[in-house]
Amino acid sequence: MTSRVSTGTRPGARFAQFKLVLLGESAVGKSSLVLRFVKDHFDDYRESTIGAAFLTQTISLDDSTTVKFEIWDTAGQERYKSLAPMYYRNANCAVVVYDITQASSLDKAKAWVKELQRQANENIIIALAGNKADLVADHPDKRAIATADAEAYAREAGLLFFETSAKTSENVRELFTAIARKLPLEQAGARNMRANPRQGVDLRPEAPGTQGGGACNC
Amino acid sequence: MDEIAPEYDVVVLGTGLTECVLSGVMSVKGKKVLHIDRNDHYGGEAASVNIESLFKKYGNYNKGEEPWKKYGRINDWNVDLVPKLLMANGELTNILVSTDVTRYLEFKQIAGSYVQQGSGAKATVAKVPSDASEALRSPLMGLWEKRRAKKFLEWVGAFQEDNPSTYGGLDLNRCTMREVYEKFGLEATTRDFIGHSMALYQTDEYMNEKGAAKDTVQRIRLYVNSMARYGKSPYIYPLYGLGELPQGFARLSAIYGGTYMLNTNIDEIEMEGGKVSGIKATMKEKSDEGEGMKFSTKTKKIIGDPSYFPGKVQVVGHLLKAICILTHPVAYTDNSDSAQLIIPQSQVGRKNDIYIAIVSSAHNVCPKGYYIAIVSTIAEGSSNHHLELQPGFERLGKIEEKFMGPPIPLYEPLESGRNDNIFISKSYDATSHFETTTDDVRDIYRRAEQEELVVEGLREGDTLVGQE
Repeated sequence: MTSRVSTGTRPGARFAQFKLVLLGESAVGKSSLVLRFVKDHFDDYRESTIGAAFLTQTISLDDSTTVKFEIWDTAGQERYKSLAPMYYRNANCAVVVYDITQASSLDKAKAWVKELQRQANENIIIALAGNKADLVADHPDKRAIATADAEAYAREAGLLFFETSAKTSENVRELFTAIARKLPLEQAGARNMRANPRQGVDLRPEAPGTQGGGACNC
Repeated sequence: MDEIAPEYDVVVLGTGLTECVLSGVMSVKGKKVLHIDRNDHYGGEAASVNIESLFKKYGNYNKGEEPWKKYGRINDWNVDLVPKLLMANGELTNILVSTDVTRYLEFKQIAGSYVQQGSGAKATVAKVPSDASEALRSPLMGLWEKRRAKKFLEWVGAFQEDNPSTYGGLDLNRCTMREVYEKFGLEATTRDFIGHSMALYQTDEYMNEKGAAKDTVQRIRLYVNSMARYGKSPYIYPLYGLGELPQGFARLSAIYGGTYMLNTNIDEIEMEGGKVSGIKATMKEKSDEGEGMKFSTKTKKIIGDPSYFPGKVQVVGHLLKAICILTHPVAYTDNSDSAQLIIPQSQVGRKNDIYIAIVSSAHNVCPKGYYIAIVSTIAEGSSNHHLELQPGFERLGKIEEKFMGPPIPLYEPLESGRNDNIFISKSYDATSHFETTTDDVRDIYRRAEQEELVVEGLREGDTLVGQE
C-alpha cells in the first residue's frame, strides 16, 4: 500500500494513480487488451482469464504529468454475472469491451455500461472498445457491428470510443491515453479518489511504524 | 453452458466469510473450485446491506411507505448483519496479509474499547486498560487493586508458552483461571473486565475449567498485542463494511481459477456409496422469466454453510441482535467514531455478556452524521428478548431506527463430514471478533484436506498475483 500521489521529483510534476476496471462479455479480449497495453504482448491462444490481482501501467501525458493505471480484471467473475460490488468500488474509469465480429457483444457492453452507471462513482469515465479490428482488416465480411452504430451509441451515452486490436496493438495505447486525458488530474488530491494515499492502517507486519502508538495514519 | 467443467475438486455452497476464505486458499493451492450461492449477492449471513434492503429484510414499516428515503443515498449505507470486528493481531488479519487480499481492502482502527461496570443509573463506562501503565490510570479499580492488576498484566506480558519458568510458579496445564486470579489477589470486578473485555469470554465458565488458564492468558495476550499494534483499540474494520471480506476472498479464488455462480439453487446432491459424487443445480436470476440454466457437475467434496444442509446441523443457541441507527456518538466513549462496548454478564444479572459494536461514516458504512450500533447477546430465555438487550439500549441514548428480528439460531454440523465428504461450517457466533471463524476455517480445512492449513508463504513464489 504505497503512496498513491506524489509531487514527483521536479517542481510542478504531477503523478496520480487511478483504478480502471474492465468489463464486457467473455472472450471479447478484455485481458488481451490489457496485456498489450501493459506488456506489449499478445497470445493467440490465451485461455480465459486466470488473472493477476491487478496490473499497473504508467502513461506520461506530457513532461510533467504521469498517470498510473491500476487495472482490475474481472477474473472471470462476469461469466455468470457474479461480479462483486467491490469490483466497481472507487473505480475512476472503465473500459467496456465488445467484439466487432459478434453482434450480441455490443448489447452485452450496453448492459455493462448501465450496470456501471448504477453501481460505480457518478463521474466515472467510461470508454467503449470494439476489439478484434484485425479480424475484419482482411475479411470485411466478418464485421458484425458497424463502426457508425457503435460510435453513435457511444456519443449518446457519453463514452469514449475506439475500435482496437489487441493483436496488432491498433488504438490500444490511444484508448488508454484518451482515458488518462479525461481524468480529473486537478482533483487528484481530492478526497474519495483512488488517487489518494490509502487512508487506513497498513496490516503488513513488516510495515514501518506498526509497533507501538502513533502508527495509524488515518 | 459449456464453460462449467464436468468435474471440480470441490464445490463450495454459500459465500459467507468462512466459505470464501476456504475457496480462496484452496484455489491458490491449485484446487479446481466451483463456488455457488443461491442469493444474488456475496456474503450470505456475513453480508453488509444498504438501508433499503435493511428495512425490507426486517419489514419494520407500513406498506406503501419508503422510510429509507429520509436516510440519504441508499448505497451510502453498508450495514453489517454480523456484529464482529477484526483483532489487529488475529488470525484473520494474518490470512488477509498472507494471501494479499489486503490489496482489495482498506482497514481503519476502531477508535476505542470500553467496558461497563455496574448497571442502571449507577453504571460507569470506562476504557479497557490494555497494559500495566494504563491499569494504573484506570477508574475501574481502586488504588491497591490497580497495583495488583499491574502485576498481573506484567506477568501476562512476560508469559511464554514454551517456557514454564514464566508460568509464575503456577501449574498452568492444570490449574483454573480462578486460581490464577486468586494468586494475584484480583477482585471480582477486575476479574470481570479482564475475563470479559480482554480475554473476551462471554460467560464465567472459563474460570472454573481446569487447564484453561493458559488459553485465557493467550487470549489476553492477543488483546494486548492487538492493542499495541495501532494504539487506539485492538480492533480494525474494513472500509465499506464486513461484507467486503468475503468479496475479497472470492476475488482471490477467482483470480486463481475459481468459478463463481450467484443466483444458483442446488437441486440435488448426488451420492455414490455414501459419499458425495456431484451436484445438480439451476442458475436463474430473479428477473429471469424462463427456467434458468440447469447443469450438473461431478465433485468428491462439498463445503457449505448450514443453510444448505438443514438436516445435517443442530441448533446450539440463539443470538439476539438489534441494529440501531443513531445520530450521535455513544455516551462515555469520548465522542469516538467507533467503539466496542462490553457489558459483562454479572454486571447486569445475566449469564452472557451484552456486546455493542459501533461504527460510523468514518468507515464508509453510512452517510455523515450517522452511527450504526449493533447490540447483541446470547438468548437466555424464550421470550422478552427485547428486555434481554435492554441494558445495551440504555447505553445508546436516542435511537432513530431499530432493526430486531426473532432470535437467530446458531448452527453446528452434526458430523465431521469425513464419512460423506460434506463439510459444513458453523454459524457466525456471538463473539465480538473473527477468531472462532478462522478456527472453523482451519478445522474444516483439516477435515476436508487431511492436513493443516498453512497460509504463510501462500503468495511467495507465484507469478499470478503481484505483477506490479
